[in-house]
Amino acid sequence: MTMLESAVGVSAATSVDMSTDLGGAVLPSPMMTASGCAANGRELHRFLDLRELGAFVTKTVMAQPRSGRGTPRMAETPSGMLNSIGLQGPGIDAFVTKDLAWLRSVGARVLVSIAGNTSGEFADVAARLRASDAFDCVVGVEVNISCPNVANRGLVFACDPLASGKTVALVREQLPRDIPIFAKLTPDVTDLVSIAQAAVKAGADGLTMVNTLLGMVIDTDLLRPQVAGVTGGLSGPAIRPVAVRAIWQVRAAMLEGRLPRVPIIGVGGVRTGRDALELVAAGASAVQVGTAAFNDPGAPARVGRELQSLLAERGFARFSDAVGVAHERIA
Amino acid sequence: MTAGVVQVNGELIATRRAGAYHHLTFVAPGLAEHARPGQFVALTVGGPTAATLLRRCFSIHRVSPSGTYGGTVDVVVSAKGAGTQWLTALRAHDETDIVGPLGRPFPLPTEPVPCVLVGGGYGSAPLFWLAEALRERGCAVHLVLGAATEARLFGVVEGRRCADTVTVTTDDGSLGHRGWVSDVLPGVIRDSGAAVVYGCGPMGMLRSVTEVAAAEGAVAQVAVEESMACGVGVCMTCVLPVRGNDGLTRMVRSCVEGPVFRGDRVRWDAFSDGLCRVPADAVGAPRAGGH
Ligand SMILES: Cc1cc2nc3c(=O)[nH]c(=O)nc-3n(C[C@H](O)[C@H](O)[C@H](O)COP(=O)(O)OP(=O)(O)OC[C@H]3O[C@@H](n4cnc5c(N)ncnc54)[C@H](O)[C@@H]3O)c2cc1C
Ligand SMILES: Cc1cc2nc3c(=O)[nH]c(=O)nc-3n(C[C@H](O)[C@H](O)[C@H](O)COP(=O)(O)O)c2cc1C
Ligand code: FES
Repeated sequence: MTMLESAVGVSAATSVDMSTDLGGAVLPSPMMTASGCAANGRELHRFLDLRELGAFVTKTVMAQPRSGRGTPRMAETPSGMLNSIGLQGPGIDAFVTKDLAWLRSVGARVLVSIAGNTSGEFADVAARLRASDAFDCVVGVEVNISCPNVANRGLVFACDPLASGKTVALVREQLPRDIPIFAKLTPDVTDLVSIAQAAVKAGADGLTMVNTLLGMVIDTDLLRPQVAGVTGGLSGPAIRPVAVRAIWQVRAAMLEGRLPRVPIIGVGGVRTGRDALELVAAGASAVQVGTAAFNDPGAPARVGRELQSLLAERGFARFSDAVGVAHERIA
Repeated sequence: MTAGVVQVNGELIATRRAGAYHHLTFVAPGLAEHARPGQFVALTVGGPTAATLLRRCFSIHRVSPSGTYGGTVDVVVSAKGAGTQWLTALRAHDETDIVGPLGRPFPLPTEPVPCVLVGGGYGSAPLFWLAEALRERGCAVHLVLGAATEARLFGVVEGRRCADTVTVTTDDGSLGHRGWVSDVLPGVIRDSGAAVVYGCGPMGMLRSVTEVAAAEGAVAQVAVEESMACGVGVCMTCVLPVRGNDGLTRMVRSCVEGPVFRGDRVRWDAFSDGLCRVPADAVGAPRAGGH
């Protein structure tokens, strides 16, 4: 590359408009952390300025404090890892006074991830979040329905369209209209589009895809499961093609009119700007970086800069023009 | 944004064998200035596109703030799985990404009291630096080093330079006393009149160090080794049950609240057979029929 070309590259990159509209929340950047992969901000803030992100996504919080599971909680796998944390957290009351207040104090835009053991508990958590003093830094709520429903023998909410819809509807009632809610889906279902339809019909302003895939690792010295929880969630670059497929299928269904067109937040296996561009081209209006942050704590911001350069190189003036572009390019 | 922690591309400038281990020196500008004994570094392994995504954590053996190459950090690595094998195969001028210093250091006594430092295997790596810091404060330092075999001991010669006494044990008797560190520890604490016992090594050893220290009326400060995915406090994989000042047990992250804990605060009763269960009385513990 000559000096002149590289200078042009830099100015073109910075001129790409990276803003994105997520169901009414307009963010200056599509980049986010992924729930459970960035704790509640303080630790990561040592490596990147949280304001550089479109939004900071918090660890899923439930009504009560939770210890999570015993250990070992993880196993490394090819290009990824298996985790079985068990939704450890401080409970919504301590979360809003300590964590959310801190995020607000540093100027972060926050996407709060919530869950419950029952649909009613989801709504309770949303209500207490709304009532909190720091609520004005919240740009949206991610409803982590990829967790077990105690009322239905522990079946994951997001595996059942009825339970998914009910949960989303109850959360929607508790939050002001201008706060978009995103249902976070698991790809471990037979018909992802039907779950997406149920969530959007019930009032989800957008969808986050994908949560981890259920997996298992056996310790071949001890010949027993390697994580104390027996099975765990698989994440990292190994699952990226699954995320791309899930986003593609749901976006295609939207283009075909099978469900309303709502923004998709893409997540799964993103480590570089090129990876992020794959999810964007499949239909993601924002991108979360999870496991890759364990390798490089600065990754959520770095991937955004790389994505911006790639868009410039490909002649895009606006990030939003690249969303779902791959759907227009098939015969 | 760094607040004392740096993320740097570390160039390897020296690698040598030390018994069963490899002793590596990396250039790591800005890291040495803030580091204290007991803290650790998290290294990437396999290069920027490797399938081994998770960082590997190592106690800081030494730091030097300014040398010919600028600041450096030393670690002692036991080649175990894919990541540590990659690290020990590195040659001079190879690079890897380093984050550190991480975690809380060994607390130092305010009075010049006698101290015993116990290291199991490569667990002795941070103790020589700790010994120097203690002696600067006027503390007498007694070192106990134990390992399965002579080759798995680290730093016996270095120990003789920086401690008042050195006691060695090996399981097979290839050097020093045949047996475990817990066999000789009561005598060393009694003879030295130690008020504090520092420990670093396998969890089983730390548990017995805690028990022996309590029986002899000394405080134990132990650096635990839990499986870590990130090393920086964001993943929640590295937890263990620890009793807080309020008497309540919580599952706390060893990478940010540790790796050093007061031995009598760790719920050793929760560990067995390579697993750690959540004690039933821990804050937010799963209840029967609950989550
Ligand atoms: C605070 C701390 C200090 C340590 N200091 C030293 C040291 O000075 N010298 C030394 O040789 N080793 C040290 N270890 C252990 C070292 O981190 C592991 O042996 C190493 O991560 C294993 O990597 P691997 O690729 O060889 O094994 P693999 O089994 O392939 O590792 C797979 C994954 O599990 C994690 N893991 C596996 N075993 C351990 C373990 N025992 N502790 C933490 N994570 C583990 C790795 O980080 C990796 O994410 C320390 C660990 C901790 C937590
Ligand atoms: C250690 C760990 C903890 C996680 N915790 C949560 C969580 O609390 N809530 C949630 O919705 N997703 C959680 N996830 C899933 C991630 O947010 C993300 O959906 C998934 O890891 C895929 O993205 P990645 O490949 O970039 O990590 C967790 C993932 C990991 C690795
Ligand atoms: S290793 Fe990730 S939180 Fe401690």
